[in-house]
Amino acid sequence: MIRAAIKKTLGTFELDISFENDGGVIALFGPSGSGKSATIGLIAGLTRPDSGAILLDGRPLVDTAKGVFVPAHARRIGLVFQDAQLFPHLSVKHNLLFGRFFAPKAERRIALEPVIETLGIGHLLDRRPGRLSGGEKQRVAIGRALISSPRLLLMDEPLAALDSTRKQEILPLIERLRDEFRIPIVYVSHAVEEVARLAARVVVLAGGRVVAAGTVEDVFGDSAAQAGESRFRRASFVTARVAGYDEAWGLTELAHPAGTIWLAGRAGPPGRDCRVAVRAVDVTLATARPAGLSVRTVLTGTIGRIDTDDGPLAAVTVDLAGHGHVVASATRKALDELGLAPGRPVFALIKTVALDEQTVALAPR
Amino acid sequence: MQPADPHADDLARQGLLAAMMDLSSEELTAIHLSLRIAVVATLASLPLGIFVAYALARWRFPGKVLLDGLVHLPLVLPPVVTGYVLLLLFGRRGPIGAFLAENFGIVFSFRWTGAALACGVMGFPLMVRAIRLSIEAIDRRLEDAAGTLGANRAWTVALVTLPLALPGLMVGSILCFAKALGEFGATITFVSNIPGETQTISAAIYSLTQTPTGDAAALRLTIVSIVIALMALVLSEAVQRLATRKIAQFE
Repeated sequence: MIRAAIKKTLGTFELDISFENDGGVIALFGPSGSGKSATIGLIAGLTRPDSGAILLDGRPLVDTAKGVFVPAHARRIGLVFQDAQLFPHLSVKHNLLFGRFFAPKAERRIALEPVIETLGIGHLLDRRPGRLSGGEKQRVAIGRALISSPRLLLMDEPLAALDSTRKQEILPLIERLRDEFRIPIVYVSHAVEEVARLAARVVVLAGGRVVAAGTVEDVFGDSAAQAGESRFRRASFVTARVAGYDEAWGLTELAHPAGTIWLAGRAGPPGRDCRVAVRAVDVTLATARPAGLSVRTVLTGTIGRIDTDDGPLAAVTVDLAGHGHVVASATRKALDELGLAPGRPVFALIKTVALDEQTVALAPR
Repeated sequence: MQPADPHADDLARQGLLAAMMDLSSEELTAIHLSLRIAVVATLASLPLGIFVAYALARWRFPGKVLLDGLVHLPLVLPPVVTGYVLLLLFGRRGPIGAFLAENFGIVFSFRWTGAALACGVMGFPLMVRAIRLSIEAIDRRLEDAAGTLGANRAWTVALVTLPLALPGLMVGSILCFAKALGEFGATITFVSNIPGETQTISAAIYSLTQTPTGDAAALRLTIVSIVIALMALVLSEAVQRLATRKIAQFE
């Protein structure tokens, strides 16, 4: 469990944030320059805060009031950099073993072999980092941090330098680390889809301050958190349970109190909770249950709020029956003609083709 | 075609050998002394050179500009001045010299050790500069990474910084060695020109050019100097290339 409340001035930039997390993955989300990496540096012990405290499992890592500062090497916090930062003069194997050498024997709870196996880096052990591809480097960097058996793992935009194919390769690996090695992670990113897939909780940073914090569903259900995003990238998240897989048609059925959600491909084992990212532009609103449409997913709810700016578009937040929200993009004209306003019951239609297994995050077991 | 006359070949070789063999025992002593002084000066400066280079590259502390200036001073001062300052400080009656002589029995003045000290001081700025540059070229986040993996500062320096700065260490050492070999002004001012004790190649050549019959000997020592200098340059170039290739491999 981590709890942080810190202030630091860096030139003209003022960082003043506080957040806490009980376990699992917490994401620090925000545009570049919002203070995410500065926060990571403070947690890792690479920089000192001007004031404040960070506690890990109840013990202070730094507490300016009490004059406590645990240096980075004594914190046992793993850090994965955006650009790997592997030691160029050491082989992959020695990079992996570097942190293990310094970990106290009693605390070496993460062994080499399962990490190598999970990350699929067994064939790289004798190579030098200079001979690895970007994706391979990042997998080794993740392994190196893990094998030091850290109490907390910090990941500073670990996928930002990779192309989308590599991202899709590594995201499930991080998901497995989270579940198999049960390590608390602070995950920094400015990509909604990564955060949604990995994190249980999100802290949204802007200009060095926390502007929103909470579960992924709550934070991204509130369209304000994504105010900076283009309308094509805005998304909301719906949590549902895998009900079954239709072999004949290749579709996964997800059960939600507001209705059944269908998506293309196989999302996960039945009974497992998962979270689906739904882009706002893929959601259509209707005042009556539609007939004669190809859309399979029809969710019932009521309009929670409508955010408009001076433009022709509006973001409509629909409170789904049961729990959760889904955000729809619509023109202000359409809203006016249909008489949609907060409190009105409404049907949210989602095209099945807009959802597939890559937009689904399995909840931690 | 006539087969090469083996005798002519032999004669030429003998001539060269004879020229080399002609080195008098005094000249050989000067060469030997020069090499010994340069090697000792380089090896003795290396630990302090690494420390100072690391401090200048990585630490922020009051007086950093002063230290930087002090290290570089021998590079810009007339060597005679440096030698005289050494004489004042490390001479028999100098504050440091007297202290070392009384407490540790270490005497610098008019000894080959003093020549090594003078050469080390003169080569020091070159050594520190090369090492400092190569440390500054190392991405600090590599050292940060070592820290988050549990390595304290000393381990980080030993396992990450110094191995990556190895090319700089080697180039710095070679530069210091070459400077020490050629040093003249500071050495002669500090420890004089005593054959067999402080007379290096340079000092010997200087003495020989002051005597009417010394030309041949001076020429021989000059050739020896050129050969040693060339070897040092070639070695330095080879190390540079190896380092560049290594770094290209790393990238």
